[in-house]
Amino acid sequence: MTPSAPAALLDATGVTKRFGAVVALRDASLQVAPGQVVALMGANGAGKSTFVKILTGALKPDAGHVRIRGQDSTVASPAGARRSGLVPVYQEPSLIPDLSVADNLRLGNTPVDRFRHWIAELGLPDLRQDDMIRTLPLASLRILDLARALAVEPDVLLLDEMTAALPTDLVDRVLATVRAQADAGRSVIYISHRFTEIAAICDRATVLRDGQTVGDVKIEPGIEETIVEMMLGAGVSAAASATRSTATTTGVPRLKVQGLATARRLSDVSLELRPGEVLGVVALEGQGQDELFDVLAGNRRATAGTVAVDGKPLIFAHPADAIAAGLTLVPGNRAHALLMQRSVRENIALPLFSRLANWGVIPARDEDQRVTAAIERLQIDTRAQGEVRRLSGGNQQKVTIARWIAKGVQTLLLFDPTRGIDIRTKRQIYALVRDLADQGAAVLYYTSELAEVRLACDRAIVILNGRVVDVIDAAEADEARLMRAAYGLTEKTGAPA
Amino acid sequence: MTRFLQSNAWTAGLAGFLVLLLFATKLIQPDFGISGLDSLARSALPFALVTVGMAIVVIAGGIDLSVAAMMAVASVTAAVLMDGATDGQAVFAILAVLAVGLAMGALNGALIVVTRVPDIVVTLAMLFVWQGVALLILNAPGGGAAPWLRALVVGGVTIPGLPEGLTNWMPRGFVFLTIIVAVIWLPIRRSKLGLMIYAVGSDPQAAFRSGVPIGPVRIAAYALCGLFSAIGGLTVTMATGIGEPIPGPYLLASVAAVVLGGVVLGGGRGTILGPILAVIVLRTVRLDLTLMSVDPNVAAIVEGLIMVAVVMFGAVLATRGRTT
Amino acid sequence: MTMTTTDAPLARLGRLMVDQPLFPLTLILLALIAVLAILNPAILSMFWVGNTLKIAIPLAMLAACQTLTMLTGGIDLSVGTAATIAAYVTATATPLIGAPSAIGIAMGCALLIGVVNGIGVAFARVHPLIMTLGTGLIATGCLLVYQRSVISTGTIYPDILVWLGTGRTFGLPNGLFLFIPFAALILWAQRRTGFGRLLYAIGSNETAARLSGVRVWQVHLALYSLSGVIAGLSGLLYLGMVKTASLSLALPLDLPSVAAAVIGGTSIFGGRGGYGGTILGALILTVLATMLTLLQMPEGGRRILYGAIILAVTALYIRITDRS
Repeated sequence: MTPSAPAALLDATGVTKRFGAVVALRDASLQVAPGQVVALMGANGAGKSTFVKILTGALKPDAGHVRIRGQDSTVASPAGARRSGLVPVYQEPSLIPDLSVADNLRLGNTPVDRFRHWIAELGLPDLRQDDMIRTLPLASLRILDLARALAVEPDVLLLDEMTAALPTDLVDRVLATVRAQADAGRSVIYISHRFTEIAAICDRATVLRDGQTVGDVKIEPGIEETIVEMMLGAGVSAAASATRSTATTTGVPRLKVQGLATARRLSDVSLELRPGEVLGVVALEGQGQDELFDVLAGNRRATAGTVAVDGKPLIFAHPADAIAAGLTLVPGNRAHALLMQRSVRENIALPLFSRLANWGVIPARDEDQRVTAAIERLQIDTRAQGEVRRLSGGNQQKVTIARWIAKGVQTLLLFDPTRGIDIRTKRQIYALVRDLADQGAAVLYYTSELAEVRLACDRAIVILNGRVVDVIDAAEADEARLMRAAYGLTEKTGAPA
Repeated sequence: MTRFLQSNAWTAGLAGFLVLLLFATKLIQPDFGISGLDSLARSALPFALVTVGMAIVVIAGGIDLSVAAMMAVASVTAAVLMDGATDGQAVFAILAVLAVGLAMGALNGALIVVTRVPDIVVTLAMLFVWQGVALLILNAPGGGAAPWLRALVVGGVTIPGLPEGLTNWMPRGFVFLTIIVAVIWLPIRRSKLGLMIYAVGSDPQAAFRSGVPIGPVRIAAYALCGLFSAIGGLTVTMATGIGEPIPGPYLLASVAAVVLGGVVLGGGRGTILGPILAVIVLRTVRLDLTLMSVDPNVAAIVEGLIMVAVVMFGAVLATRGRTT
Repeated sequence: MTMTTTDAPLARLGRLMVDQPLFPLTLILLALIAVLAILNPAILSMFWVGNTLKIAIPLAMLAACQTLTMLTGGIDLSVGTAATIAAYVTATATPLIGAPSAIGIAMGCALLIGVVNGIGVAFARVHPLIMTLGTGLIATGCLLVYQRSVISTGTIYPDILVWLGTGRTFGLPNGLFLFIPFAALILWAQRRTGFGRLLYAIGSNETAARLSGVRVWQVHLALYSLSGVIAGLSGLLYLGMVKTASLSLALPLDLPSVAAAVIGGTSIFGGRGGYGGTILGALILTVLATMLTLLQMPEGGRRILYGAIILAVTALYIRITDRS
């Protein structure tokens, strides 16, 4: 790590944060000198969003300090962070949808004259003060958020994925404005997935991995490779890859998706999944993977495209339809899948009673056999089986999978099934997935942990901006290759695609 | 902008519908006139006031099931305090009732914020509590009210110096309502607190990030609801001269009027004018049914059906709003 | 994950109530009876036991409606009305068409109320509290209209209901002949049928239930219809017990039925509890009512107490589940 500049505007050192047993941040540091734009980078789950919450006062750290102009500012509220001179622009618009622009400014004590100045500067001249926020397009809201932040003339400006929803002309103006801020002696923390933007305006990049600051580099041509390596860490792809399946490549695919699109995010995804195959899905956060899994599970309607199961085109109006077609989802958020207050048994047996025909007397023996078999197969620790919320994260995840094992698996949609669980359970899940595939199941496997593609999948598709941008065979799917593809960098040059 | 127009269009449409209804009333009962308007105003007054209170809470993203019970508490408190009191003492009694209303509402809000029990459960429990309090204060309808209070809400407006015919058609009940809302709600609506109430109901997360103190604002919204409910209960005593410890059917009526008035269940959207117009519309429908000599019980059924239909419609809209 | 040993005894007691509600509830019941024995030793007798059971049975049956709906996170505030209508229709229609047909029609009315509730909750997604309140209001209106049309027919109470309601066998009320099979059925069904499991599943996590293929509307529709039927049945039993066809017969049981379920450990947010606790809750409330009568506690005080109990138990529950 480079020594912090003596007059660092913002100085965060040794920031630590635990959530129960999970350590989100263990030693995160960030120094921003006046006149600098610093990129804050990290792969999914590196602790970036927790760090942002601590910097902006939405969370309190367990240890470590955040100082702005030498003043301690481990504040307990966004308003407090604002007073100390750090103003954030969040990923999600934080304007009140049912108030007008003028009312929103009044609510946040924003100086109107300077706000107008910045609005003009950023290129939204036709904005009217009495426009309702709800009626404005997303891009305008991002600009409004930025202008509102700039109007209070903050010492440190924090921009979180500021350009994600913007058209290119607005992106250019935003980048120019941000750079001008720094040149005027202020500081900017810039969070983005886009290497081009980072190369264009940032002076330095601070890289987080596993909740720790692992590097602080000067931005110069060709630095992308170094940053990718830092995000991945040492010992890349040390683990042996699992045995490949012998899935047939001919015949009717179990699942065939063509040109799938949703109202937001997902714009054009096609894929084929065969019995016996485990197809990985790789994407940065928010590229449309959530929507893809939701549509396939019958939890959301597609606006375009087709889904065919065993060659038969189907439209799912309800998850029950998808389940009837054999498509069963293990959602990314366990809180969406589990009956936290109920027993392991009731959780696993739930799909057995979902249909009207099964509302009657429970066939106790059949239920018992299915549940016991599923518990054994997944090796669920049943010491705390009275209430699922008392199980460990890994065991909870096993319960959500066991539910579909008990019901009988045809096509399993796994959304990041190993997030936040211990290595032993992870291995068990890889083995189980392979085992299921060998028995003829088809598995779609989204993972935020790139190393898993080699461990659990046969192939992987990479999604960026709602489109499939790459298909990679597991044998070639080392993390660097996947990461470059996910960031839209091409294989050879490392330059943006 | 379109949203703004849309919500105003809804209110305007409601006003137009009300005018049509009044015409229809005139057709049904050709001698419908000043006295009819006056009785309409008198019957609508407590409904309108409690609906304003409910609307404020709903705009702030909550609901208060205890409004009718708070009205009962206010009604009996006023009746007991004013029983045999002089005109001067009656003024203090009214101030006391208003304070009681604010306190009841603030307690509802504080319990919601502090215990983190959902609003619907807290106010259901408080509905029972306030009912009990009303019964403890006055076991059966009774008490009294200063006569000058009755004169505030009954009859036509007379302004000294102007010919009676010019102003007399205007029911005092509506004037009273207008003044109360103008004096209490309009300044708040224009203040920062008003913005915050809308902000908390619209998007609590964004409001928090904009530095809005969520808890205190919610408590303030419930306190205002308590205040308006208390004034509503007060007008019951003012108009009838007695305190009524058993709550009327004000809860469902206020929820229905809030929904019909264009306030979205879930918060953030709507005006106070819309629900007030909706109350008058609902009362006029009731009046028309009575004028058509429909059995009052049948009229109550029709009214109930309309209210339930409106609430169901509102719930469907709210669900749509969440999913899209 | 687990509770630390530094917890206040109150929290530990609460924890116990959540995990194993039957044991502490039995203790509370015995303690109340002990207090009663101290207040008035003469009161305790076999006759008193039979009488307490007799009074507790209709309450426990109505509380079954609350338990089942609360398991899904709902509530049914129309049970008092449904029970009253079933009772009134039976009493007034029996002279005209005989007991079996009258009971059939009465149960049909109760079912209809339940179906309407179910439609509102399942399809329009109105909050059950508002929906059942509205249905209750409309149904009460219908009852008033019906009452005027049958005012002259007189009333007959079917023998079987009178036998069930007032008769005794070995000192115990005959109502147990209905209640014991009923309770056994509910206790069995909540654990051992798919429908029972789905009630817990929906109340515990509706999203998870949906993602597991449950069509939630089916469950809601069936549940509220069932609740209407149970309410009707309780009304019939109550009619046999009090032998009066009044228009507000079972309405005073609305609030205690909610309180009985909450005291019995069923969470008002859904997902946990069961009918076993509710039966004890109904007994506790009945004994408590005897005690309050003995202490000459006015009706108002009782309502405050019920409201406070509901709020306190719910707040305690939230505290306990938040901690772990």
